[in-house]
Amino acid sequence: MDGSRRGFLWLAGLTALGAAGAASLKALAQHAEGPSVTVGLQGETRWAMVVDLDKFRLHKSWNRCIVACHRVHNVPSIPIKDDEIKWIWTEEFEKAFPSEEHEYVADRYRQLPVPVLCNHCNNPPCTRVCPTQATWKRASDGIVMMDWHRCIGCRYCIVACPYGSRSFNWRDPRPYIEGGAHRDFPTRMRGVVEKCTFCEERLAKGLKPACVEACEHGELVFGNLEDPDSEVRQLLREHFTIRRKANLGTQPEVYYIV
Amino acid sequence: MLEKALTGNRNYWLWVGFLLVIMGTGGACWLWQYNVGLTITGLSRDVVWGFYIAQFTFLVGVAASAVMVVLPYYLHNYKAFGKMTILGEFLAIASVIMCMSFIFVDMGMPNRIFNVFLHPTPNSMMFWDIVSLGGYLLLNLLISWVTLGAERRDDPPPRWIKPIILLSIPWAVSIHTVTAFLYSGLAARPFWLTAILAPRFLASAFSAGPALLILLALVLRKISSFEPGKEAIEKLAEIVTYAMCINVFFVLMELFTALYADIPEHVHHLQFLFKGLEGEGNLAPLMWLSIILAVVSLVLLINPRTRRNEKFLIFACVAVFVSLWIDKGLAMVVAGFVPSPLGHVAHYAPTAPELLISLAIYASGLLIITGLYKIALEVRGEIKT
Repeated sequence: MDGSRRGFLWLAGLTALGAAGAASLKALAQHAEGPSVTVGLQGETRWAMVVDLDKFRLHKSWNRCIVACHRVHNVPSIPIKDDEIKWIWTEEFEKAFPSEEHEYVADRYRQLPVPVLCNHCNNPPCTRVCPTQATWKRASDGIVMMDWHRCIGCRYCIVACPYGSRSFNWRDPRPYIEGGAHRDFPTRMRGVVEKCTFCEERLAKGLKPACVEACEHGELVFGNLEDPDSEVRQLLREHFTIRRKANLGTQPEVYYIV
Repeated sequence: MLEKALTGNRNYWLWVGFLLVIMGTGGACWLWQYNVGLTITGLSRDVVWGFYIAQFTFLVGVAASAVMVVLPYYLHNYKAFGKMTILGEFLAIASVIMCMSFIFVDMGMPNRIFNVFLHPTPNSMMFWDIVSLGGYLLLNLLISWVTLGAERRDDPPPRWIKPIILLSIPWAVSIHTVTAFLYSGLAARPFWLTAILAPRFLASAFSAGPALLILLALVLRKISSFEPGKEAIEKLAEIVTYAMCINVFFVLMELFTALYADIPEHVHHLQFLFKGLEGEGNLAPLMWLSIILAVVSLVLLINPRTRRNEKFLIFACVAVFVSLWIDKGLAMVVAGFVPSPLGHVAHYAPTAPELLISLAIYASGLLIITGLYKIALEVRGEIKT
């Protein structure tokens, strides 16, 4: 009797192990398929942005697009520098493009603020490292998404991002939302990571990203890379453009006309 | 067997009480951190991992180092380690639990920790780190409990435990390899982007861990009738010596590659570490101390006369441990963030609550070691109750 019970326990244990093994193999296989798989609409839409630095210089409109973004997304203005949250902001030229900088860079570039944001990389290193799939590249349009309800706040994605595009809520952000939070967009709580989402909530309604809309002179142009007639493709055809740290193989989808 | 940890003399309970007070203080700090967020630490937008994750990394090494007694004893039947093996395994258990605690206190959303298991993600190295650490903890709990239980009954260990013990050997290597992969697979961080990071982690672990084990064994000898054996201590000291030589060799290889190739994004991190960068250089004096301690320890360890002299050996072991703790438990993680990928140089220093929480985790590890070592010594009749 004792022997058969023991046998049963062994069998039960082995079955459980087998099931767990099969599940993890399945999960591995899913990831092994990689990013080239076309699912649904993938291949038809890949959002990208073109930033025209000369137009920004002409119209000095950096702040307008930053404010527009941060207002619609309830991004707090935390005065303590260590705890800052930023979706789109400006960096010095040498910080945004460290390998393009040299001693004799024209002054108009050296002092030029460069708007930077999440590059929505086609090969994002941040999504690869997330242990809970709380951030992922959306198959249908290439947007690097965030699930603020799943994020465990380990900050591995921040460590993996070569652009400093991600912010962590070191403290409760809600008291720092200027003018108070509005109800069209969720606020975040302390302990999660956030970043630019290319305004996926506005795209869903057929609107352009808030920063693009705020720049009236075409400083920022947004569109579909897969559509050869789109405005972004036209600009990429007509201008020489650079991307931030393209040598890392992340394939950023934000292009800069210098 | 657990009941043996629940009896003890006055000094035993004073020590346990002391550890509990430290744990209570740190626990209160953690509640504070839980309520207001990680803003109470010194971490920031640019330095997102700091003291907690560095301790985690260092302690994974201490945990893995148990293999340095397990392998000779079980694979090569090296009898002199008969009494040390269980100490190594128990040290591994305490270290893994501390590792897990350091990960836990570093999380922004600790209440969501089960998301890691609800959404297992094989392409994340963090997932594999949790799998390998959890597995290593289970292996060591099982092995130490079964072998010690058999010893208590004066039986040889059951035969089925042998393959599990053999499995624990490569498993120990895996935990520190995967921990290195957390860092070395990131294109964004040139300081860690080096294939030698995992071998270097293992070399430093296999010197710091056994050095700590020597010190613990000597403490036990002082407070009980435990006798590790002269041969065991000398063999462990040789292991520390070899591993420390290999570690220093690996560090020099890193320095050569970075400094001779002279690629700015690699060199800047070393400048920050050893000289300071844009006025930020709080690690530089510690790094130089680490180098001095490494050199002194090597001199004392390589010379057989000083190595076999217990006084020098104790000093050398402390020097090895402190040197490697500075290197891995302070500098390695922070230097990866300074300068940031955008070239910003941020200031980082752990805050008081951050240190108190860390101290509490170390105290909990010491408490576990105390209890487990007490059990091991009593089973062998080396403590009179």
